Amino acid sequence: MTVRKSLTARLLAATICATALLPGAAMAETLRLLTWGGYAPDNVIALFEKEYPDIDVEVTLSNNEEMVAKLRATGGAGFDLAQPSHDRIFAAQSEFDIYKPLDLSKIETGKMQANLLEAVKANTTIDGGVYAVPHQWGTTGLVVDVTKAPDVKDWADLCKEEYKGKTSMRLRRTILLGMGFSLGYDPFALYNDTAAYTEMLDKVAEKMIACKSVIKTYWNGGDDLSTLLLSGEVVASESWDSTAFKLYGENQNLVYVPPSSGALTWIDTFVIPSKGRADDAAYKWINFVMRPEIVTMMSDSTGAIAAVEGGIELLPEAKKAAVKLAFDDAAIANMKFFANIPPGLEDIEGKVLERIKAASGN
Amino acid sequence: MKSSDASRLTLILLFAPFALWIILLIILPQIGVGWLSLREKLGPREYAFGFGNYLDFFREPIYWNTLLRTAWISVLVTILALLIGFPVAWYIAKIARQRSRAALFLMCLIPLWVSDLVRAFGWILLLRETGIVSGMLQWAGLSSGPVELLYNDITVVIGMVYTVVLFMIVPLVSTLDGMDNALLEAGYNLGGSRMTVFRRIVIPYAMPGIVAGCIITFMLAAGSYLTPILLGGKNSMWFTEQIYEQFVTRYNWESGATFGVLLLVFTSAVVWLGLRLTGQNLASTVAKE
Amino acid sequence: MHDLECVNLTRIFGRHIAVNDVSFTVPRGSFFSILGPSGCGKTTLMRMIAGFETPDSGDIRIKGKSVLEVAPNRRSVKMVFQHLALFPMMTVGENIAYGLKCRGENRSDITRKVADVLARIGLPGVQDKQISQLSGGQKQRIAIARCMVLEPDVLLLDEPLGALDLKLREQMKIELKLLQHQFNTTFLYITHDQSEALVMSDNVAVMNAGRFEQIGTPKELYNQPGSGFVAGFVGDTNRWLGRVTGLSGDEARIALDAGPEIIARAGGALVAGARAEIFFRPETVSLTPIEGANQLSGVVDSLLFNGANSRILLRSSDRLIEIAQGVMDATTPVARGDSAIAWFRPAHALAFAAPEAG
Repeated sequence: MTVRKSLTARLLAATICATALLPGAAMAETLRLLTWGGYAPDNVIALFEKEYPDIDVEVTLSNNEEMVAKLRATGGAGFDLAQPSHDRIFAAQSEFDIYKPLDLSKIETGKMQANLLEAVKANTTIDGGVYAVPHQWGTTGLVVDVTKAPDVKDWADLCKEEYKGKTSMRLRRTILLGMGFSLGYDPFALYNDTAAYTEMLDKVAEKMIACKSVIKTYWNGGDDLSTLLLSGEVVASESWDSTAFKLYGENQNLVYVPPSSGALTWIDTFVIPSKGRADDAAYKWINFVMRPEIVTMMSDSTGAIAAVEGGIELLPEAKKAAVKLAFDDAAIANMKFFANIPPGLEDIEGKVLERIKAASGN
Repeated sequence: MKSSDASRLTLILLFAPFALWIILLIILPQIGVGWLSLREKLGPREYAFGFGNYLDFFREPIYWNTLLRTAWISVLVTILALLIGFPVAWYIAKIARQRSRAALFLMCLIPLWVSDLVRAFGWILLLRETGIVSGMLQWAGLSSGPVELLYNDITVVIGMVYTVVLFMIVPLVSTLDGMDNALLEAGYNLGGSRMTVFRRIVIPYAMPGIVAGCIITFMLAAGSYLTPILLGGKNSMWFTEQIYEQFVTRYNWESGATFGVLLLVFTSAVVWLGLRLTGQNLASTVAKE
Repeated sequence: MHDLECVNLTRIFGRHIAVNDVSFTVPRGSFFSILGPSGCGKTTLMRMIAGFETPDSGDIRIKGKSVLEVAPNRRSVKMVFQHLALFPMMTVGENIAYGLKCRGENRSDITRKVADVLARIGLPGVQDKQISQLSGGQKQRIAIARCMVLEPDVLLLDEPLGALDLKLREQMKIELKLLQHQFNTTFLYITHDQSEALVMSDNVAVMNAGRFEQIGTPKELYNQPGSGFVAGFVGDTNRWLGRVTGLSGDEARIALDAGPEIIARAGGALVAGARAEIFFRPETVSLTPIEGANQLSGVVDSLLFNGANSRILLRSSDRLIEIAQGVMDATTPVARGDSAIAWFRPAHALAFAAPEAG
């Protein structure tokens, strides 16, 4: 009996202690970030936590598709701030209701580059609520070894017979759009005309299937792509600009080339999941990373350009050089911003991608 | 009464973790997936009940071709794993000395110490055009230029055999280990040739291990994801990749769930067919006396 | 004509000579046993005959022909293994048919021969039973039938009774002997159990440390052991060490260590003054006086009742003497602690030169 009593007493004591500690525990808020690799570098987190000692930052790395899948699985719970690309928000929100409208008064929108902010707002306004603000932007284009494939200028050039076995691309929707532009279509204009879009996709698929014999392999991620180019196995490939800029740092022959039909431009945004529990901390993070000194640190880590006025100037020196080499004013003017994907469109694209992969090439 | 109550309680307590594991982690998710697969998507947040997802699967040759391809490569992997695993298991169980046996087992385990991803990257480093094997071939003068050994089905098969062969070896070693050497000697003594002894004594004796190994290997191969994707080429389709695509890239959980159910049903059918063809049954394989 | 003949067989493992220059012949249709303690080389010898081991030198002949070049599966020598080695995944019928199938006989012959041999071993109609359904004794008989259906020249049996319980073992001894008669095949039987060897065999070879000590009928081995080892190994016996003090003809006078002087029959060559081992069997020792017999006085240590095998243990200068004569017939009523004298005739005591180390 005495043993039991003392056990009960101890349990009681423990409970009291825990209860006493609870308010203290609640004081430290946790900000759970769902974002891309490199978008929450340790040095930025350290500075943020130093400024807001009562906020802990937890980071989960992901990509566009998985962000939506994760939030969908929990109905918008489990994270307090997410960073999908601007064209992925409208459909996901209309279909799964996983985000909540932003309180723009809590965000220092004045610092943001006006045209990007407007583009994102236009893309993500549902029933009067704005669901996203821009964070960083970048482009998808080509990375080319200028000594070995100097005449690769556009998406379709990746299919040139002379580079047989030496080119690569990522078998995702981006390349479908790029090929569409290369073939003279404007895919974004066709988004809402399913029949015309499907017709375009058929032409693109035809081109891509014919192209398979030239392609060495489809790459899956940045590491994959980097190894292919640095080893010299591939001389020209579809690429994210950030990866291309990193490659330039290692080999000055590897240059980012905005396709002549226009680099496809994405804007990664900030959204707040519908069951996020730390909205204030989320707004603090948004405003914090838009500060000029933080922008430079962030861009150094991500390779992307911040959506603030003069974002290119705030890039670290090495990257600034690479960007200036790649983009002249004409190329910047020619950038193609991803348009909102209407619901159901990705399903059609998915089938086309499967068809391409299943087709036998050599 | 008291003691029987107590023993019953013990039984329940011992059984509970197993039951919970089965129910919470296997049966419930399967029911969930099965239910999801019967939900047809009509539009945003609009669903109906029906078999439409299954019909879609059978209407689209790409899907069932991928499933058949997955099954056939998995069968190939299983057969190769058996052909490679049997001699290894034989060596460990019958020829190796007791002391070196543990070391050999450990060597077979080494591939499992690193993650799938690292293993796949290992193969990539070895087999890529600018990789080690290609380099050695050129150095040895066997090839005039770089050789690309990556990104094709053979590489996928090699990578998977390497990953799963242990699961073939372990059950084989344990059955062969239980075999009295006198059975082999009796087989010879009564007039059997090496081939006869192997075919009529070793194989039937090892059959439960062979079947167990093949089932595990086949299931692992058919359900693997990273190896076929990372080592496979531009044409290599794998069914689990298809499931991932449906769930994650295309937000189409309904069709992903359908594929999941189909993969389970199909692989189970292949296993059942295999058991029938070899005249074994699951009970004699799993619950070997 | 001999079915089996071994000539100067030797097998060496590393530095250990497992079988050392062994020669023997087994006449057709006889039951020949090799008796020896474990590790004496008898299993190696049998495995060489079966073909699982190759001799380093010497020859093995079956029906006069050397079989050294013949593979084990081609030799007309079949073997019953220690644990029988019946194939567990086959039925009784398939087990027996295995050898016939290997030989390529046709199906109807096989069916007939299987039924035939099962009838001969007294288990007709068990073809379709599983091995696990048989009793120990039945398995034994199936293992023999599996070999006998192939009509071998020689059947080797490697301690097949070892795994059986005592009662069944006794029964199987008799049954094996009957089966051997019935098939009229040469049996070569290996055992470490002297009673198995003595009961069943026509001839027994006693093997020790790779060599044959003696070959003879069971009676010869028991009554006229050729060496101290045989005398000590075959049958129960009392063993005592002493020194030879005198020799006359085949009689030797021996001073027992810490005991009186006795007279014994010389079993082998003895030298006066040398160490000797003396053996005398319990059934030759009596507590009733025998004229002209050797005497050993002592104190009754214990009485061991075991039916016909009952014994009195007499303690004499720190040694226990087993006495079997007149224990059960109450001619010598003694109790524990009584003083008594053990009597045995010089003709019943055998003396051999003691081994160097002893």
